Amino acid sequence: MTEAKTIYDKIWDAHLVADKDNYSLLYIDRHLIHEVTSPQAFEGLRMAGRNVRHPDKTLAVADHNVPTTDRSVEIEDEESKIQIEALKNNCAEFGINFIDMSDIRQGIVHIIGPEQGFTLPGSTIVCGDSHTSTHGAFGALAHGIGTSEVEHVLASQTLIQKKAKNFKVEIVGALTDSISAKDLALSVIGAIGTAGGTGYVIEYMGNAVESLSMEGRMTLCNLTIEAGARAGLIAPDQKTFDYLKDRPLAPKGDIWDKAVSYWKTLPSDPGAHYDNSIKIDIDNLSPLVTWGTSPEDVIDIDGNIPKPEDIEDEAKKNAIRRSLDYMGLEAGEPIKGTKIDKVFIGSCTNGRIEDLRAAASIVSQNKVSDHVNAIVVPGSGLVKAQAENEGLDKIFIEAGFEWREPGCSMCLAMNADKLLPNERCASTSNRNFEGRQGRGGRTHLVSPKMAAAAAIAGCLADVRDFS
Amino acid sequence: MLGILVNMEKFSKIKGIAAPMLSSDGNQFSMMINIDTDMIIPKQFLKTIKRTGLGKSLFHEMRYDFEGNEIEGFILNKDIYRDSKIILAGNNFGCGSSREHAPWALLDFGIRVIIAPSFADIFYNNCFKNGILPIQLSEKLIKEISESALKGNELQVSLSDQIINCDNKEFSFEIDPSNKNFLMEGLDDIGLTLKDINLIDSYEKDADNNLPWYTL
Ligand code: SF4
Repeated sequence: MTEAKTIYDKIWDAHLVADKDNYSLLYIDRHLIHEVTSPQAFEGLRMAGRNVRHPDKTLAVADHNVPTTDRSVEIEDEESKIQIEALKNNCAEFGINFIDMSDIRQGIVHIIGPEQGFTLPGSTIVCGDSHTSTHGAFGALAHGIGTSEVEHVLASQTLIQKKAKNFKVEIVGALTDSISAKDLALSVIGAIGTAGGTGYVIEYMGNAVESLSMEGRMTLCNLTIEAGARAGLIAPDQKTFDYLKDRPLAPKGDIWDKAVSYWKTLPSDPGAHYDNSIKIDIDNLSPLVTWGTSPEDVIDIDGNIPKPEDIEDEAKKNAIRRSLDYMGLEAGEPIKGTKIDKVFIGSCTNGRIEDLRAAASIVSQNKVSDHVNAIVVPGSGLVKAQAENEGLDKIFIEAGFEWREPGCSMCLAMNADKLLPNERCASTSNRNFEGRQGRGGRTHLVSPKMAAAAAIAGCLADVRDFS
Repeated sequence: MLGILVNMEKFSKIKGIAAPMLSSDGNQFSMMINIDTDMIIPKQFLKTIKRTGLGKSLFHEMRYDFEGNEIEGFILNKDIYRDSKIILAGNNFGCGSSREHAPWALLDFGIRVIIAPSFADIFYNNCFKNGILPIQLSEKLIKEISESALKGNELQVSLSDQIINCDNKEFSFEIDPSNKNFLMEGLDDIGLTLKDINLIDSYEKDADNNLPWYTL
């Protein structure tokens, strides 16, 4: 009998080029690049006189730094313009497929990969961006890498790796109208902490995970990196295949059929070994919100802000004090009702069509609170077009939202979309770190429906009061 | 030998004053946890297309006020820590994004060693590619070393012996042999991998036959 393997073990074994004394060389099927973490890699190649081994296995798009306002005018910020130009020129020089800003397919790198069928089950995918874990939703082994590794992949189509351990996260219970994949992900991070997954690849399973749409699964896997794990994985199933079939870069015809039979062998074998496991029951889960400056600072929307004195660990206690001070919050107070200034709906966590539909369902027939500035930034040109087809743009605009062009935008605030000091934001993005959305800005991570509810209420609100 | 060797100095003994990143509470101090990549180098500095020049922006928002003046209380703004080569910190150092700008900024400032109880995965990897040694030690030992560093004592880190000397005390640390070798030799890992080009060729030949759906 062969040894029972997890899906991670199987993908690892199928991509092993060489096992060295202290490391392994892993083959990389798919490589995504963007303007911020690639210029120095191309510079390195040029300096060493090296070439790109497989230009066809890399797909490039500018997303982090692009303006989300009118695309027909030139980029104002000189440095951003140079960086985006550099990506374009590097791709031309090395023969890499580049999706231009004027192309309808342009969007956030982790949204366009699946949309184009570039992301496939059982493949290895890397990108110089930590939220590459998103692609794990398709049963791909996908993780972020640094720029030196981007260069390594460009030159060799391989990556130096050490195998991680297997972590099983089972999520059971029924999803409701007010509980989304974002809440599931935040509850996992809240449970294991931002370092809880360090050294592991997490495999999500359980009926709640199975019942998620592909969009929801991407949200869940996207946030895996916030739990410190190298990657998140969900075994592919019929939903996965249905999503990918006939996508531009997905295999076609006979090869598609063969691929599907292979992908059906990927789910973990019964009895496979996991080095760690937890089970989360979502049956009584309330919509969640972060109060602090780490994604693990999660509480129920009807909960109270924690008190440092209730925490024993000295370092944690001090971290809470620092967070409360930064966030301008009082320990022990209810989080609900905290006044906000901005709302951001978008990012690779929650910038897909389903997220926009969810938010629009709350916004419909309502108005954004007078003191709130709210923006929707679709994750890609295709998401934007789809939303416009469905009339979602009108719902948002009539309610008082701004409707923008696709990009990372206020998720990391590299472009003009940012928080001013002390501004408070309900955001569907993934990081509430100090300064993440602008220096001194205060971020509360929430689901798309919760962000919509906050925009209308003008404060952090419970989406259950809106149904 | 080109590639990363252009930037990477071989790692030898590092001696100097270590800067403890503290989140203090009166006279009870503790190490700051979850120092993320946005703190290490905020995004406005990621627009560069170079690897160098980021040191002046390291820990920008903790180090400078809104007018660009140094914030007095911040450790790296205190005279004796301005030239620190070593950082001491709490759990989960380097969490957040994959930006290699974080180790580039640390290196450009002059940091060659970071000592913390745990590190985020991608950041940890990125350190070795840039000649920075991340050392894992227990919280207790880090506090002990920090107390000594706060008195202005120097620290010596020897990678070859895997030993830290501080205040007449010796602490040993663990490190993966390949990572150690990598730093000691200043190796060009792309060059190393490309020596195995025949293995990559033969993998690709097999994969084209067995896993043709991944061929584009
Ligand atoms: S949306 Fe945010 S997290 Fe996602 S790729 Fe862009 S910057 Fe990174």
